[in-house]
Amino acid sequence: MSDLRTELKINIIEQLNLEDVKVQDIADDEPLFGDGLGLDSIDALELIVLLEKDYGIKLTEPQQGKEIFASVNRMAEFIEENRTM
Amino acid sequence: MGDKPFFIEALVAIKSNVVYRNGEEIFRRDHIQEPDAFIKEFFKNLKVKYPKFHKMDVLSKLGFLASEVLLKDKYVSPDTALIFSNSASSMETDRQYRASMEDFPSPSLFVYTLPNIVLGEISIRHRLQSENAFFVSEKFNPHLIHTYTTGLLKNEMSPAAVCGWLDLKNKEYDVFLILISENGKIPFTEENLQKTYYFDNE
Repeated sequence: MSDLRTELKINIIEQLNLEDVKVQDIADDEPLFGDGLGLDSIDALELIVLLEKDYGIKLTEPQQGKEIFASVNRMAEFIEENRTM
Repeated sequence: MGDKPFFIEALVAIKSNVVYRNGEEIFRRDHIQEPDAFIKEFFKNLKVKYPKFHKMDVLSKLGFLASEVLLKDKYVSPDTALIFSNSASSMETDRQYRASMEDFPSPSLFVYTLPNIVLGEISIRHRLQSENAFFVSEKFNPHLIHTYTTGLLKNEMSPAAVCGWLDLKNKEYDVFLILISENGKIPFTEENLQKTYYFDNE
């Protein structure tokens, strides 16, 4: 597992107050929404904030989130391609 | 308009790190300073599986926990009304949200910057589709709560109601909720409401 993926899981757990979830509970390719972690629309907004705050990525099209937040793997790929910090 | 009598079926009070159910102490943690830490311990103690609890603001957590205690092992009609009140509205969360605006405004804090959000959380948890209201007044007002709740019950808009006081101010909390229904021994009157609240706050 890459450091970025681990770091992302730690940040997601902290930012979204996933009290009962541990890093090892989140698989890299597991869906974050729906059946996966069961995140909701407010969590999606928090993830958009997380991208900007921690990686300097500002999503201009909120609809992009649906594809970017598909899994930790997809989020990590997107961050690697677009990060400014 | 119905003329059935209504009673105080159950009550819960949470204050100064102690939880009371029907006047009996059921949980106490004297050594804890922060409300959030006390609330977390009590939630664990209840052994309730509800991950969304951890995402709520402190006011909603208090309302959620008080309702868990109050409605435990009871049939809860989907029409059970929720009539709450407090003196500080959602001020604690408003302040936190304002602080987050200095950096990155938090969407998950923003959604709790209204006091009646706790009523939604309780409604989701207990599958209520009922009348609800959240009043803000300087101190607990038995006349207001009794009049409004009685109106809903007598007009048969609700067969039961959870009503009372859910206050959080400067990290101090004062929770007093009662279940009003056709069951119980103490008649639901303004005087009894006042006596019960002040008895729990002596």
